[in-house]
Amino acid sequence: MGLKILTEHINVPGIETLEVYRKHGGYRSVEKALKTMTPEEVVEEVKTSGLRGRGGAGFPAGMKWSFLAKPEGVPRYLVCNADESEPGTFKDRVFMEKNPHALIEGMITSSYALGAHTSYIYIRGELLFILRILEKAIAEAYAAGLLGKNILGSGYDLDLHVAPGGGAYICGEETALLESLEGKRGNPRNKPPFPAVKGLFASPTVVNNVETIASVPWIVNNTGAEYAKIGIGRSTGTKLISASGNINRPGVYEIELGVPVEEFIYSDEYCGGIWKGKELKAVVPGGSSVPILPKDLILKTAAGEQRLMTYESLSDGGFVSGSMLGSGAFIVFDEDQCIVRNTWNYARFYHHESCGQCSPCREGTGWMEKVLHRIEYGHGHQQDIDLLVSVAKQIEGNTICPLGDAAAWPVASAIRHFREEFEWHIKHPQEATAPGAVYRGQLAAALA
Amino acid sequence: MGSRLCIKNEMAKITFDGIEVEVEDGTTILQAARKIGGDVVPPAMCFYTPLKGSGGKCRVCLVKVTQGSARDPRPMPKLVASCITPVQDGMVVENTTNEEVLNARKGIVEMLLINHPLDCPICDQAGECDLQNLSYEHGVSAIRYEEERRTFNKVDLGPYIQLHMTRCILCYRCVYTADQITEKRVHGVLGRGDAAEIGTYIENVIDNDFSGNVIDVCPVGALTDKTWRFKNRVWFTKPMDAHRDCPTCSGKVTLWTRGDQVLRVTARKDEYAEVEEFICNTCRFDKKEVSDWTIEGPRHIDRGSVISANHYELPVVNVPIVPNLPKSTVKKMPQE
Repeated sequence: MGLKILTEHINVPGIETLEVYRKHGGYRSVEKALKTMTPEEVVEEVKTSGLRGRGGAGFPAGMKWSFLAKPEGVPRYLVCNADESEPGTFKDRVFMEKNPHALIEGMITSSYALGAHTSYIYIRGELLFILRILEKAIAEAYAAGLLGKNILGSGYDLDLHVAPGGGAYICGEETALLESLEGKRGNPRNKPPFPAVKGLFASPTVVNNVETIASVPWIVNNTGAEYAKIGIGRSTGTKLISASGNINRPGVYEIELGVPVEEFIYSDEYCGGIWKGKELKAVVPGGSSVPILPKDLILKTAAGEQRLMTYESLSDGGFVSGSMLGSGAFIVFDEDQCIVRNTWNYARFYHHESCGQCSPCREGTGWMEKVLHRIEYGHGHQQDIDLLVSVAKQIEGNTICPLGDAAAWPVASAIRHFREEFEWHIKHPQEATAPGAVYRGQLAAALA
Repeated sequence: MGSRLCIKNEMAKITFDGIEVEVEDGTTILQAARKIGGDVVPPAMCFYTPLKGSGGKCRVCLVKVTQGSARDPRPMPKLVASCITPVQDGMVVENTTNEEVLNARKGIVEMLLINHPLDCPICDQAGECDLQNLSYEHGVSAIRYEEERRTFNKVDLGPYIQLHMTRCILCYRCVYTADQITEKRVHGVLGRGDAAEIGTYIENVIDNDFSGNVIDVCPVGALTDKTWRFKNRVWFTKPMDAHRDCPTCSGKVTLWTRGDQVLRVTARKDEYAEVEEFICNTCRFDKKEVSDWTIEGPRHIDRGSVISANHYELPVVNVPIVPNLPKSTVKKMPQE
């Protein structure tokens, strides 16, 4: 059993109440930080810890905090990004639902470090029941003097609000989130200026993922140096992985970064192997937007090294033979899954979720979806494959926010690694559209 | 510029397509390129100088920054939208000299066109359409898109303005115009992705003194002037600068005439199709008699479309025949 930082007490009955949470050592970091540390010291600890943003991009959290502009007389904000809506990701949802106080504790400690006196949790619109759980926990925290004026007699004030979104994936992009939080249409902003300079209500703002913020209390309690010892290299600490797909034990797992991918899939501690003993075909290791990898490339890198669950190892080989850890949504496909259908499904999602602000993404996502739909339903042409690659390339990197990239990468990578399957779909439309039909040629060749 | 000179601003020297230009710090790359002028200027479909906050959306103005600044010479990793990226001293930018930029732009023009109806033959904007010019210059002649195009029903926005969403490229200019120069905005962007549309949500009339300006800022034929629709082709009409004593606006307009008929009134637009001064609805829609106006003289249209070709203009002479001729009518001599 690996070390559990975030999920240690998650299954304790009643942990969602303040009483039980405090009994298990809750809010110790608030007392420690507010009473014995300066905000700068907290930031320094987080920097030392090497904690990286858990929302997907993996940017060092301490570094992001130190970029926060601190002009006189202007309020600063901390916003927690709980708009978790990437297909395959459900870690924050489970975490907030079971242990809301852990997030609130993280919010208090982090807000103190950043000098924010008003903080927001922006929660996905579909998670309204969690909003109620959080609000109940926040009310408890207010009653106990952990929020509000003069927290625990330290002289530090903090107000914490939970705001629900309207259910748009794009509002998980930090600047779109801020627009939405301000009550506007959730269109991503042009950068620069970055939120650290001009964010919420034109004030300096830090936007962090739920898991990032929830990791801060442990770092404050046990020092950043201790946290840095967990994991491998620049991938420090533990990470929640939402494992789904054709595995025996889908669910949220907390792993120490550095667990081999093979162990994660096959060990009984985690995924427990492929469902019904079937063969592994492909894995999307970090949420629908990261490149898909076939079996031979997910277990070992192109250079033949064992692939580990770290930011570096998963992206080894760039986009030619690697992928990304992303938000940690580990989606496993067995031999009976059709890659074309799956790619179409992802493309459909991004088509539906594009905000429509900038032209490559607005038009390109729809185009890719329509072409993939055609291929899947037996009306494709051979040149469609190159067309898809070209459209994906036209979108990638040319958009305001990363949604364009997120839409382009899964399509480009699926074609890169499973081109034969696409060609088979086009060449044999009748066979391919039969119910349950799957191309097995490439897999069989790989296994031989 | 004159009044600004007394404020001492930091200047930044940048190299754009190999041409050095010095501009005030904080100017955008696009504005710096416009200072050079000519063919190196990146096209812009959504950016509009008079409108605050516009730009960054259409992505056709993408350029490559090969050197970020003198202090930090690293190149920028992605292509940047030149209309919203401020210059820094020592920046080196490539536009027409960079293959990557030209290819990306081609791709984006293709994206803008896949859902465009291409109904130029019956579109009132044809001839002065930014999208038309853009696709002539940067587009590809072949169509790779064989899916069904997105269509919308025409929307009636009151007695003066017709909205034809099918042609819209969602530049947001009309939204910014309504926000910034009228008292109350009743239209906006509804929906998202390629289902996003300009609309009033519940059928509504855009009714205020300056509503007509949304027609002028529209780069395509999505918003058209009902008093002008299907009256004539723009290249058959003669643009004339004119003014009148208007209590609401400056009264400085361009009349589009044929014979002694005033077919259309618009604001005066510069070579980038940006209006010099917004005009009111009375001037635009109600004053359609030559006797309503004091004609200043023919207007030279400096844009690369058919309206600038073969139109009525004064001969190029050394001595002005008419004294105090408006500057826009003086034709530039082609440089040797």
